Amino acid sequence: MPPYLPPPGLDAGADLIADKNAKPPGRRRFLQGGAALAGGAAAATLAGPARAAGEALPVPAWTRSQGRPVANPYGQPSGFEGRVIRRVREGAQPPFPTAASSLTPLADIFGTITPNGLVFERHHAGIPDIDPEQHRLVIHGLVERPLSFSLNDLLRFPAVSRVHFLECAGNSGSEWRPARKLTVQSLHGLLSCCEWTGVSLGTLLQEVGVAPEAKWLLAEGADAAAMTRSVPLDKALDDALIVYAQNGEMLRPEQGYPLRLLLPGWEGNISVKWLRRLKLGTAPWQSRQETSKYTDLLPDGTSRQFSFVLDVKSVITGPSGGQTLKSRGRQQITGLAWSGHGRIRRVDVSIDGGRNWEEAVLQTPVLDRALTRFSLPWLWDGGPAVLQSRAVDSHGNVQPTRSQLIAARGTESAYHYNGIQSWQVLPSGEVHNVHV
Amino acid sequence: MSMCERKPLVALLGALALVSVLSACHSAPTRSGQPLGLGTPIDAAQLAAWDIDIDADGRGLPPGSGTVAAGQRIYETRCIACHGAGGQNGIADRLAGGQGSLATKTPVRTVGSFWPYATTLFDYVRRAMPFDSPQSLAPDEVYAVSAYVLHINGLLPADGRLDAASLPRIVMPNRDGFKVDDRPDVVGTRCMKDCAPGS
Ligand code: HEC
Repeated sequence: MPPYLPPPGLDAGADLIADKNAKPPGRRRFLQGGAALAGGAAAATLAGPARAAGEALPVPAWTRSQGRPVANPYGQPSGFEGRVIRRVREGAQPPFPTAASSLTPLADIFGTITPNGLVFERHHAGIPDIDPEQHRLVIHGLVERPLSFSLNDLLRFPAVSRVHFLECAGNSGSEWRPARKLTVQSLHGLLSCCEWTGVSLGTLLQEVGVAPEAKWLLAEGADAAAMTRSVPLDKALDDALIVYAQNGEMLRPEQGYPLRLLLPGWEGNISVKWLRRLKLGTAPWQSRQETSKYTDLLPDGTSRQFSFVLDVKSVITGPSGGQTLKSRGRQQITGLAWSGHGRIRRVDVSIDGGRNWEEAVLQTPVLDRALTRFSLPWLWDGGPAVLQSRAVDSHGNVQPTRSQLIAARGTESAYHYNGIQSWQVLPSGEVHNVHV
Repeated sequence: MSMCERKPLVALLGALALVSVLSACHSAPTRSGQPLGLGTPIDAAQLAAWDIDIDADGRGLPPGSGTVAAGQRIYETRCIACHGAGGQNGIADRLAGGQGSLATKTPVRTVGSFWPYATTLFDYVRRAMPFDSPQSLAPDEVYAVSAYVLHINGLLPADGRLDAASLPRIVMPNRDGFKVDDRPDVVGTRCMKDCAPGS
């Protein structure tokens, strides 16, 4: 695993140059200071940027000779971006690399759409190489007409494209435990957001004709885990998609090529990849992935089951764990917020560990059950600070603190962690994961 | 004007007539509620190799049976390398023990302590295990190795045997340990100034 390097944007000097023409934001939208909100005078000194004298600009080699020709068959990121990659969790050495996960580099991506090559992975039996010509989706069980669909059949149905986040139910799960000094990628990187294209499952269910007594359906993958989950019929008819494309191209193999289920706002595991079969029935099947796993154990020894929806959540991605602020003064606090219940309505940011909060700016458009980018400028006075973000969704759900979560659920429920993340900024500029 | 375009008139004919008109009209644009006629019919025989799910009542269990003793022999050749002797201390998931631990500070979740249904064991082993060779066990072998895993959890005697009738009748210790999602159990608050700090 390559060593972690902070992104270039973290150098506050570079920030100041880029900002030359930007209007200074209003006071209300500008967090100042370290642990305590600094007084106006101190902030004014910080706000008046002390620019270093510039250097004369050379004409570099790449301006004086031809670049590479066209027809690079599939474009790749610049060779200078090689550190922006998926990684397994720091310190984790999965004993079975095909039953493992890799995480999205949240600190190094922009906007709200995750590039296809950086979408997080979680497999239970590796990535199958499926021939799309041979692949079939069968819908049967309590239906009038059991049917088998080829990919070509599915491409003839009306296509639907929607932007939705995908988050593993186990994302941020290490936060149930004492704080480890990990990056945002390692802590929260089982999270991505794509534009998904496919067929509305409701349309396919019309094609087979659902029997009146059907209440659930079993979704099954064609991988070597033949992964199964039971899905309530209401969700299937409401907004479920049978997806064949992500961000404008066919699904990547690790995302379920050539077909996957997508249940917006629900834990990632139930959006079964490599989908080969949907069987309608009257009750959940109680498969291993909805009993042994993906159930939430509570302190009294009982477990919550079928906890599908992902609750309101946010995380500051910059500054974040493992990065170092290079100089005082203007910083850009930025992060991502999402909710399985609907849209993000607000995100608040604190620099003093949750004592005082300021509302962040949301990047528009804010979409239903999609990642939402928030940001807020911050004048760092060089003192210690604890950065937090708190999301509120369109149903009025407010992201809870870690203590609130643990008071209700203990520390053994493994899944569905959505507590407020705290990043401690030390006077040295180092940023660490803490629980305050 | 073809029949396909005469929507107002067609609508007047009522729902039943609409269905028959549209299904006779191949050039009609897609309308919700109408099958498009895509896909290929498939019957149970064609689907048999994929239709392997077992539900919580045991529906789908194949004919056949297996004993704890036969299961131990299969376990020791096909499973022990990853799951360890007696289902413990392997490199893969622990399969036995942990009963009575769920409400403690160090809960141990295994087939015996946590799984609510024995049918899940058959379903999962048949579709996904052994990890290095999924779907390679015959039904009798899946019954046998399931019997052995239940035996090392104290849920079947050493001379026990499983088949389609007896497997769903095994009462798992944590059968009533699950409740359907009852969130929200945690409610955050939106304080803006001079709040109690904490995370
Ligand atoms: C090569 C290693 C390997 C072998 C051999 C193997 N398993 Fe597994 N087993 C695993 C892994 C890895 C998992 C977890 C897979 C995942 O993450 O989804 C697992 C999961 C399981 C589970 C689910 C555990 C739980 O609590 O959810 C059961 C039951 C199981 N195996 C039974 C068996 C049986 C029975 C055999 C022999 C027929 C067997 N395994 C052979 C590696 C192995």
